[in-house]
Amino acid sequence: MPPIADSILILLLLTNFFILGTANLRSAIRGVALQGLLLGVLPFFVESHATVRLVLLVIATMAIKGVVIPGLLMKALRDVHIRHEVEPYLGFVPTLFLCAAGTALALLFADHLPLAAADRTGLFVPASLATLFSGFLGLTTRRKAISQVTGYLVLENGIYVFGLLLYQSMMVEVGVLLDLLVGIFVMGIVLNHIQREFSSLDTERLSRLRE
Amino acid sequence: MSALLVLAGVALCMASGLPSLATRRASAATTVIIVAGGLTGLIGAVLGLTGGPTELSLPWHIPGGAVAIRIDALSAFFAAPVFLLAAAGGLYADRYWPAARTRAGYVRAFFGIMTGALALLMCAANTILFLAAWEIVAVSSFFLIATEHEQAVSRSAAWIYVAASHVATLALFAIVALLHAVTHNWAFVPLPHGTGALPIGHALLGLAFVAFGIKAGLMPFHIWLPGAHAAAPSHVSAVMSGVAIKMGVYGLVRVLSLFDAVPSAFGTTLLLAGIASSILGVAFALAQHDLKRLLAYHSIENIGIIVTGLGIGVLAQAHGQPFLALLGYAGALLHVWNHGLFKALLFLSAGAAIHGAHTREIDRMGGLARRMPWTAAAFLIGAVAITGLPPLNGFVSEWLLYVAGFTSITRTPHGGPVLLLVLVVPALALTGALALACFVKAFGAVFLGTPRSAAAADAHEVPFAMRVAMVPLILGCAAIGLVPALFAPLLSSAVHAAAPRLMTTVTLTALLQPIQMPALIVMAAGIAAVLILLAATRRAAPALTWDCGYAAPTARMQYTASSAARGLVGFFAWAMPPVIHAPQPFPLFPSAAAFESHVPDTVLDRVLLPVLRRARWVLSFARYFQHGRMQIYLVYLGVTLVVLLAWSAQ
Repeated sequence: MPPIADSILILLLLTNFFILGTANLRSAIRGVALQGLLLGVLPFFVESHATVRLVLLVIATMAIKGVVIPGLLMKALRDVHIRHEVEPYLGFVPTLFLCAAGTALALLFADHLPLAAADRTGLFVPASLATLFSGFLGLTTRRKAISQVTGYLVLENGIYVFGLLLYQSMMVEVGVLLDLLVGIFVMGIVLNHIQREFSSLDTERLSRLRE
Repeated sequence: MSALLVLAGVALCMASGLPSLATRRASAATTVIIVAGGLTGLIGAVLGLTGGPTELSLPWHIPGGAVAIRIDALSAFFAAPVFLLAAAGGLYADRYWPAARTRAGYVRAFFGIMTGALALLMCAANTILFLAAWEIVAVSSFFLIATEHEQAVSRSAAWIYVAASHVATLALFAIVALLHAVTHNWAFVPLPHGTGALPIGHALLGLAFVAFGIKAGLMPFHIWLPGAHAAAPSHVSAVMSGVAIKMGVYGLVRVLSLFDAVPSAFGTTLLLAGIASSILGVAFALAQHDLKRLLAYHSIENIGIIVTGLGIGVLAQAHGQPFLALLGYAGALLHVWNHGLFKALLFLSAGAAIHGAHTREIDRMGGLARRMPWTAAAFLIGAVAITGLPPLNGFVSEWLLYVAGFTSITRTPHGGPVLLLVLVVPALALTGALALACFVKAFGAVFLGTPRSAAAADAHEVPFAMRVAMVPLILGCAAIGLVPALFAPLLSSAVHAAAPRLMTTVTLTALLQPIQMPALIVMAAGIAAVLILLAATRRAAPALTWDCGYAAPTARMQYTASSAARGLVGFFAWAMPPVIHAPQPFPLFPSAAAFESHVPDTVLDRVLLPVLRRARWVLSFARYFQHGRMQIYLVYLGVTLVVLLAWSAQ
């Protein structure tokens, strides 16, 4: 595994901490955009020789994950007129501690997975697991619907890194990318409706909808 | 050939509601299609009964499933009445629930789907198809029970039905899974030798008792039945009571037929449950004053008689008494047909009476025989049949069970559980006598005397189509009653499909032949008596019956549904305590007072609902986990995933 790929993965892990640690929704979205760009260039350092397919994949990934989706989120943020604070259930410091513990556990756990010898080297599997876990943390500890979307995006990025191990079948990833885009559209619409109905994006208000 | 005809009949029945759903004007097309479908299927079923088994299989994309139909004698025997009642009910509905009435398309569509799925269920060779048809019947029945859903009573009947039905389906899922685990086959194939003695065999039988007991309305699983049959439109009640509850009996017989030896304890269970159902069913029926609830409790009684017969069959077969087993199975299966015929006839004629008097309350009817003579005659014929009086069909099947009971008294060399069979004769006799009392009360209060309400006084005979729909049922009752030997070969092949290992030297024809002549004599005597009475009344001058010297008798001085049965209901107060709202002792100058009594269902109203109310309070603590907070739900998901991963890694 080339060292450049590992450095990019370390950057990815750092953005995880950044996304979970920032108190501003706008910078969280910027973090997600950065993650998307990082993931976008990653295939160049995995595949030894560039093919047309690879170039197209890289361009599509960077465009969708790095530009289109964050753009949509930023637009949603402007449209719904809310304060740009994250408002977590769990404080920032405990979240970061949990994220650090999760990353450490992921590194340990990856050694025990029954993987092919080629995949054992490099940071791919631990980085993927750690990103998954931070995405999950983002989903579960944040109050606002938009920060749940960012959590979901981070979770999906973790899955994407895992998928890179199987770069022969990257067509699947492209399909997932498309699903993701549609998902974000739907979430945007849902966000607007929540806003209109409850005059807030606080998901706590949604508990009124329970039986 | 027969499989093709049956499948065509199923398809026609299921599709029959489409024209009515499209436009109100097409309701005649629905009637034509469902009658055609019923008759096509009936021909197919009769061919299947007389010929050998035929099969038909179409691919289905559901894993393990196949649209596989197998018409053996047992399937054909159960499917035939379904098709007959689909045709009769469809014809009856044309006038009973005319196209102009609200939800006419809804009723026709679900009626077609229910009857079609019911016939499909009886013929399914694949367990997944059986399960699918079972659920279609359950869901369409739910919608039919909830037809008049603006009334709270209908809604609650429908919910109770759906809850009971879910429990039955859950047990059925387990049965299908267990069958697959034992046979590694999704079709109904015989179980390996000796399964009946293994724990898995016991589990299968126990689950079958619950699942099919609930569907059949066997006590104590009958809780859904009275409310559901009362709430549904009358032609739907006729099909539900006449054939839909038989899907429980069919399932039970089908599962039993897969065993090479059923443990004798299961026979004892069936016998005791059957006896309890038949006696308590008729006792509850006596206490009702809603005509359709009364008939519904009689369904429980008749299911009890059928299950008693099955119990005799299983018990006798387990103890090597083939003759007794033959009598038990034959009595049970023939009663399936008989009950389908006379109960449908009773529901259709009760529906006609309700149509005329605009009420289901027996105490608001009265004197309908003079205004609706055809309906009264049809109800009377049904009543004679259901009480097991010769010369009609109810007598024949009960006679087979009586013979079994008497034979068991004279020759039971082994003793033990077979001795329980001596209970059969007194139980049947008690049931028959109570049923007779109940129908004397019902017929007397509904059709005789003077009208108790203005609506009953203005009642008029129902349209021709509704009367025609009852004719095939009357003919069926009379044919089986008068020439039972004619049906013996059909019955015999059904019995041998139900109990493949039963070897007997006696044929059913030889058993049924001797009662034909007495039946004919009884009928001739009955007709002669009616003619003489009619001739005598023509000469007599009309006058009031003796009125105890009252100067001004009113319609309220007649026996009511409660007072006619008061003594007998009091006799069963230990099992069904009545609720009585009586006036306090009168003061010197009494003012207006009211008396009211009713008998709540012991299992549902006195046990199940109070227990469930407590359970709801206890389970309300589970709501603590339901915050409506998405984040916490995600944590639940994550924790579950991790636990499952850790568990599967071991």
